Amino acid sequence: MIGEATFKIWRTHPGGDGTFQTFHTTVSEGMVVLDVVHRIQAEQAPDLAVRWNCKAGKCGSCSAEINGNPRLMCMTRLDDLNLWEPVTVEPMRAFPSVKDLVTDVSWNFRVKKEITKFTPRTPDAPDGTWRMAQRDADRVQEFRKCIECFLCQDVCHVLRDHGKHDEFIGPRFFVYTANLEMNPLDTADRVPDLKERYGIGYCNITKCCTKVCPEHIHITDNAIIPLKERVVTRYYDPVSRLLRVFR
Amino acid sequence: MAGATYSYDVLIIGAGGAGLRAAIEASAAGVSVGLICKSLLGKAHTVMAEGGMAASLSHNDDRDNWKVHFADTMRGGQYVNNWRMAELHAKEAPDRVRELEAWGAVFDRTPDGRINQRNFGGHRYPRLAHVGDRTGLELIRTLQDHTIHLGVTVHMEHTVVDLILDGGRVAGALAYDRERGRFHVFAAKAIILATGGIGRAYKVTSNSWEGTGDGHALAYRAGAELIDMEFVQFHPTGMIWPLSVKGLLVTEGVRGEGGVLKNSEGRRFMFDDIPENYRPQTAADPEEGWRYVMNDKSARRPPELLTRDHVARCIVREVKEGRGSPHGGVYLDIAWIKEKLPNAEEHIKRKLPSMYHQFMQLANLDITKEPMEIGPTTHYVMGGIRVDADSQMSTVPGLFAAGECASGINGANRLGGNSLSDIVVFGKRAGEYAAEWARRQSAPRLDDAAVARAEKTAVEPFERGERGENPYRVQQDLQETMQNLVGIVRNEDEMREALEKLAGLQARAARAGVAGGREYHAGWHTALDLRNLMVVSEAVTRSALERRESRGGHFREDYPDKTQEFSRINVMVKQAGGGAMQVSRVPIPPMPPELQQVIEEQTS
Amino acid sequence: MDVIPVQIASRGFGSTTRRDYWWAAPLAVFVGLTLFIVYATWAAFQNAHYTYGPYLSPFYAPELWGDSPHAWFGPKPAWIPAGIPFSPALLILPFPGLFRVTCYYYRGAYYKSFWADPPGCAVGEPRSSYWGERSFPLVVQNVHRYFMWIAVIFLFLLSWDVWLALWFRDEATGATRFGIGLGTIVLAVNVVLLSCYTLGCHVMRHIVGGAHDEVSTRPVCDRAYACSSSLNYRHQLFAWLSLCSVAFADIYVRLCSMGIWTDLRIL
Repeated sequence: MIGEATFKIWRTHPGGDGTFQTFHTTVSEGMVVLDVVHRIQAEQAPDLAVRWNCKAGKCGSCSAEINGNPRLMCMTRLDDLNLWEPVTVEPMRAFPSVKDLVTDVSWNFRVKKEITKFTPRTPDAPDGTWRMAQRDADRVQEFRKCIECFLCQDVCHVLRDHGKHDEFIGPRFFVYTANLEMNPLDTADRVPDLKERYGIGYCNITKCCTKVCPEHIHITDNAIIPLKERVVTRYYDPVSRLLRVFR
Repeated sequence: MAGATYSYDVLIIGAGGAGLRAAIEASAAGVSVGLICKSLLGKAHTVMAEGGMAASLSHNDDRDNWKVHFADTMRGGQYVNNWRMAELHAKEAPDRVRELEAWGAVFDRTPDGRINQRNFGGHRYPRLAHVGDRTGLELIRTLQDHTIHLGVTVHMEHTVVDLILDGGRVAGALAYDRERGRFHVFAAKAIILATGGIGRAYKVTSNSWEGTGDGHALAYRAGAELIDMEFVQFHPTGMIWPLSVKGLLVTEGVRGEGGVLKNSEGRRFMFDDIPENYRPQTAADPEEGWRYVMNDKSARRPPELLTRDHVARCIVREVKEGRGSPHGGVYLDIAWIKEKLPNAEEHIKRKLPSMYHQFMQLANLDITKEPMEIGPTTHYVMGGIRVDADSQMSTVPGLFAAGECASGINGANRLGGNSLSDIVVFGKRAGEYAAEWARRQSAPRLDDAAVARAEKTAVEPFERGERGENPYRVQQDLQETMQNLVGIVRNEDEMREALEKLAGLQARAARAGVAGGREYHAGWHTALDLRNLMVVSEAVTRSALERRESRGGHFREDYPDKTQEFSRINVMVKQAGGGAMQVSRVPIPPMPPELQQVIEEQTS
Repeated sequence: MDVIPVQIASRGFGSTTRRDYWWAAPLAVFVGLTLFIVYATWAAFQNAHYTYGPYLSPFYAPELWGDSPHAWFGPKPAWIPAGIPFSPALLILPFPGLFRVTCYYYRGAYYKSFWADPPGCAVGEPRSSYWGERSFPLVVQNVHRYFMWIAVIFLFLLSWDVWLALWFRDEATGATRFGIGLGTIVLAVNVVLLSCYTLGCHVMRHIVGGAHDEVSTRPVCDRAYACSSSLNYRHQLFAWLSLCSVAFADIYVRLCSMGIWTDLRIL
């Protein structure tokens, strides 16, 4: 299969605003959107900016919005798109633009620093190691699959539409917090922070983050809601509060 | 220190596993640490590592210990390894794994709750601590999440153009940031290179765009020595179809779980060619091989799990002799295990989740039902910067190297799983000794003229503009040349031809031009990377010409056997006075008797 | 938190570059929930045709006061003022109703379909102000766990009704005899689906095991957590199936009672 396709790619202008620029290019079987962007870069627009690394869905660098859906460019096959009409490729909209398809995601790195770090209990064995059942590890390992593509942050309307970046850490970091909170070895308590500083109450469980996750992490069901329940037990459940007094 | 934008005691270039581990160690020593990475933090090529990290924890087989690991590493490297590095690596790897757990890594567990270990090619016992098939991600994320709380300054999306020296010793580096294309001068008392590999010198590679041999070339230009550059590892199983993912890695774990290699006639050709020194440990028939996969300790490993160099060559032979698959590879079949296991489909999905998804998403192929088409892909360079085994310092004072860009531990061929342990063992050592070195140094003097020269060279592509050579095209031609002429099977004539072509490409690379602004300009970045790719390509070719024998990752059809003569030397390249590349042989120091004894015990 | 807020361009209601039918799912939810609410409200106010033989409509179960033989405490008590509308269902329906209103699945679904917050993933919103579930009124959603316990009690009560639906009264002799009718099966299936929905609820999952980081050290919790989790993965499915089964059970009893359908006796 070799054919023609039209791509509308977001280009920023020196002033800071941007528009879609139309490119016609040939495509062949098995290509992904990132291949097309590279081809356009090599043949038509050498200064087209795109961030990418592994091209195997493992590093989470090439996040963008393809036909309006947040996706990894390297894992979006052309077979899955309707090539009869132009395919739009634009940068993630929840972050400031740097150039063309590249956005400034540094906010995410700053947020992570603010989260209380892993604090293990004293080792179980004299050689400084711990014992952990695989079943308990399973729960945490799901969260540790995260490749930090930040697509969940991009699609989350609390950040995307309401810009609560200073009060809300976003799905990625609830997954990160869940990985720490539910780690059998960890002893730190992040529940007060979840309520106050991380703003978990802003999440209204619309599950868009789960839908876009390229690693298929059940962000809402396995990370955010269980964390919300822990916050409820601590702050909103009078019976649990009472029981804690007597304990 | 006029003109320095930043000043650190220890500057680390590269934020993969080795760079991050070095940063942790150096900052623990109380010196100021800066970390430069070409991409965002946590995206380095380490994330691609799948199988696991080798360490003789002896959780799954108590016969394992550092001596067995050491002997396995030396045998895998065909005894041209730096034996001291192999020794340190085997001894220290278990501690490095345990400390990762203390920093939050969650490895797969054994039934009694300890870190689980798996079998891998060339390792006698199950030795790879792992997390499904995404161990590299676990490692880099753990180190990254630990590092961010240590006060290390991270400069993301910065690329180093040149190292700056002060009277032969390290003084700093010149870098540009991708975002705006501005130059930044870093002053440093010690610099650790942890830049990874050179895979992008080849057309078919499992490496990301970052693997352009930056560390190798920076060190070379600064006067350091590179050794073993002829030893490039071609991983036997990379995807070959569709074209756009050609080279993408298919983990060795597929074979570890029972995957077999077949040619177009349906024959398991690996049984036809088993090297003598591996015959005692290799299964006699498919039945025994399957029992090995099923953890029968009395069974020996199937020949698919022989060392990577050997398997890759067997595949090339099958294809050359006309028994290849339609797209020029062979078949890797894991689906066949349904003859042996009742719930094979589920088993495959659970054991190899990312492989299942990779083929499903990118090739539209269900590996639980159909065989995969695979072929060799450039994966790793054993060669690199020559360093002191204990301190990881190169021959340039104050310049350290760790991980793939350093050389020594792997000899002629790296065993799978030794890379992840290598980067943390020697990353730690580099960090420790670099901090110690930095504390003893006075502030370096940065030569403004040298900085200005480096800056001027770096922006030259813009002066040539669109009239210059298209850097992408030069890079493609270079990759083509290396792939065809200095690939898996080499000979004198082809490599001579390659040298000539490289000279031509060198001239074209020097004329590369780009137009537009400096912000996030991929064409410009490619033009700058070309300089480094040219250095490593030439180093690989010249070293490969020098080694007139076949050993490990280096195979020559004109010298198909190992020789005594070359078993005692490493091939070294360095920049001669006039700028030309000088090749020489350096003798390997004799191994102390106690290590010799370890090897004898383990081979008997 | 000490982070620099990110400037984002505000975009209008419904603005998106998505080309797929993103509005289809929220629209379907809107239609489905609206139909159910309208029907349930209508049925609750009927105060008639809610029993048929041994069957009692789940909308009316348990019947505390009422005119049917299923009533626990006999007819409507005198202290309930005559002026306000009375139906046994009105005393009952708020509890399972509020369980569903505060359910994590339904919350996400109706915020989207009824309140367009957001209308769809990566689709622009009508309002710029946003409080989420952080402050009043939506912070009240956190009472979900109490409604869950009530829902669990309802499972027992409805199971009891299924038991009663196994005993048919012989009109001639007045004796009761074991039997199974299609209505028994309808009521039984309803209880099974409601159980799958309730026991797979996120709160249940949290309480039986999810609250512990090392659930493997408590064998009972471990099993319960595994069971609840496997139901939880299909929570959305069971939310809809049980909603349909409740409505259908009511319709079945109602139509049998009105003589439009004839109950099929299997045994």
